[in-house]
Amino acid sequence: MSKLDNKYLHYPHRSYGMDHNRYEWSMLSTRPKVSWPEGKLLALWVNVGLQFFPLNQRGVPFKVPGGMTKPYPDLRHYSLRDYGNRVGIYRFLKAFDQYGIKPTFAVSTRLAERTPYLIDKIKERGDEIICHGYHMDALHYGGQDKVEEAELVEKALDGLRKMTGQDVKGWISPAKNESANTPDLLAANGITYFCDWVNDDMPYVFQTQHGPITAMPLSTELEDYFIILNNLHSAESWAEQICDACDFLLQEAKTQGGRILSLNIHPWVLGQPHRIGQLEKVLDYICSKREVWPAYAGEILAAFK
Amino acid sequence: MKEDPGYYDYWPYENRPKIEWPNGAQLAFWVAPNIEYYELDPPANPYRTPWPQPHPAVSGYSIRDWGNRVGHIRQMELLDKYGIRGSISLSAALCDHHPEIIDMCEERNWEFFSHGVYNTRYTYGMNEQQERDMIKDAMESILKHTGQKCAGYLAPALSHSELTLDLFAEVGTEMFGAEGGFYSCDLFHDDQPTPIHLRSGKRFVSIPYSLEMNDTIAYLVQKVPPRQYGKALKDNFDRLYAEGAESGTIMCIPTHNYQVSCAHRIKAYEEALEYITGHSKVWVTTGREIASYYLEHYYDAALADISAKQI
Repeated sequence: MSKLDNKYLHYPHRSYGMDHNRYEWSMLSTRPKVSWPEGKLLALWVNVGLQFFPLNQRGVPFKVPGGMTKPYPDLRHYSLRDYGNRVGIYRFLKAFDQYGIKPTFAVSTRLAERTPYLIDKIKERGDEIICHGYHMDALHYGGQDKVEEAELVEKALDGLRKMTGQDVKGWISPAKNESANTPDLLAANGITYFCDWVNDDMPYVFQTQHGPITAMPLSTELEDYFIILNNLHSAESWAEQICDACDFLLQEAKTQGGRILSLNIHPWVLGQPHRIGQLEKVLDYICSKREVWPAYAGEILAAFK
Repeated sequence: MKEDPGYYDYWPYENRPKIEWPNGAQLAFWVAPNIEYYELDPPANPYRTPWPQPHPAVSGYSIRDWGNRVGHIRQMELLDKYGIRGSISLSAALCDHHPEIIDMCEERNWEFFSHGVYNTRYTYGMNEQQERDMIKDAMESILKHTGQKCAGYLAPALSHSELTLDLFAEVGTEMFGAEGGFYSCDLFHDDQPTPIHLRSGKRFVSIPYSLEMNDTIAYLVQKVPPRQYGKALKDNFDRLYAEGAESGTIMCIPTHNYQVSCAHRIKAYEEALEYITGHSKVWVTTGREIASYYLEHYYDAALADISAKQI
């Protein structure tokens, strides 16, 4: 073994709180109780990723999870992702309407440019739209040129705001990956909340060079992609895990104040004919509980504040 | 490099001197929550990269932070409910970063053992003095913040050198005599304690800390569904409990607040805890108490038996 410099045993951030200045250390159980509208206990945030995975993926600095894995042209993965935006999403919309869900759509700006029909449909419904980056291969990453990233954020947000007519306030980075500058660039471009950090179950204040924004708790652990395609559990197991989570959070909310059940789902995963029934089963189960409040991400944040 | 670490001799799991735990228990049960601090921007180590992405590794860092912010209290309430005192595998720097967690564990008389300073500072590449300093730093932190004489060690992120167990035992002796630095969780070769050969000749044991039952191995590496993990815990218990009537066994559940406390997983964990603690001949205890009891009552008989069985 080669020698390590003695500096390896120096710990410059070893003091109270976090080892960075982005947010304060705080245990959820010690915070004031939160109340949701009409005395509800559990906010249901259904977040739908409407993603564009380009066929000519660059893979810089890594291949985005869910993206192309084969040599060009990877028709297999390209078309199977496209399936979600052509077919699966219309199954989702029916299910949402059946159960009274208020879905938040996280849209790749490039998808909005390419499928105006779908975007018009969502605009007509009046659901909340947030930005999911320019497209899934336009990653934000440590070491990225700051000017390049600034242009990317601006292009993604300006384009989506123009096409949707909504003053888009929320953001999810592709692959929830960031550079050290991403939160600052988001704040500079009018974003008030983002959903990349999974360190809490409730919203919290995140500091940027352009003032504080809010980190919203969008669980990766409960995601359809994560459970079904990363962990390789069945759709039935996904449904069972979500129902268990719902039960637990509802119980916790009874003594500790309002909680959020965030379901990040994708029409190319759960919109498949053999899986859609599990989504319907989950929505039926959750919405049968009268303490549940289906809401847009922005509404949850407004009620939290 | 050596072919074999040389810590223990071959000792078949049959016809060993029988262990009987306090009050006639046939199985000693302990839960070891790993309470860890991972740094957002740790220094580079030539042998292991801390995070898969360049700084900032948001996904890996933030879910581990979730364990401290949200998950800790959930597991703690569960262990309270079933009368279990945790044996904490502690990143010692957590005493500085999150003293509230340390205080809560102290109030419950939980055990703190060493898991290094940070889980993003690896033993790899350290010379003997550096590793000794790191081990001592962690044990001094535990003493300063909790008053406990640290008895056990699980090397940070399971990163070892050839001297790890020797150095831990020696620093323990230097600080506390025979009352500190006397057991290791770093070896996975047995379901009973094993006397360990050290260059100092100190009375020192390996205590089973099962990687197979470790929630992070189950959920992150093997990617099992929560209820399958819950079933594995019960199956593991059933077999060890049955065998314990003849041999005296140990079951450990090593946990992480960012895994087992997730809302979709905690039910499966609770069912297993309820099941295990519902059996009469289970000694619900801590790592330190198991090691101390064994050293006092069975260590010498084990040494004699092992010696007699070397061919």
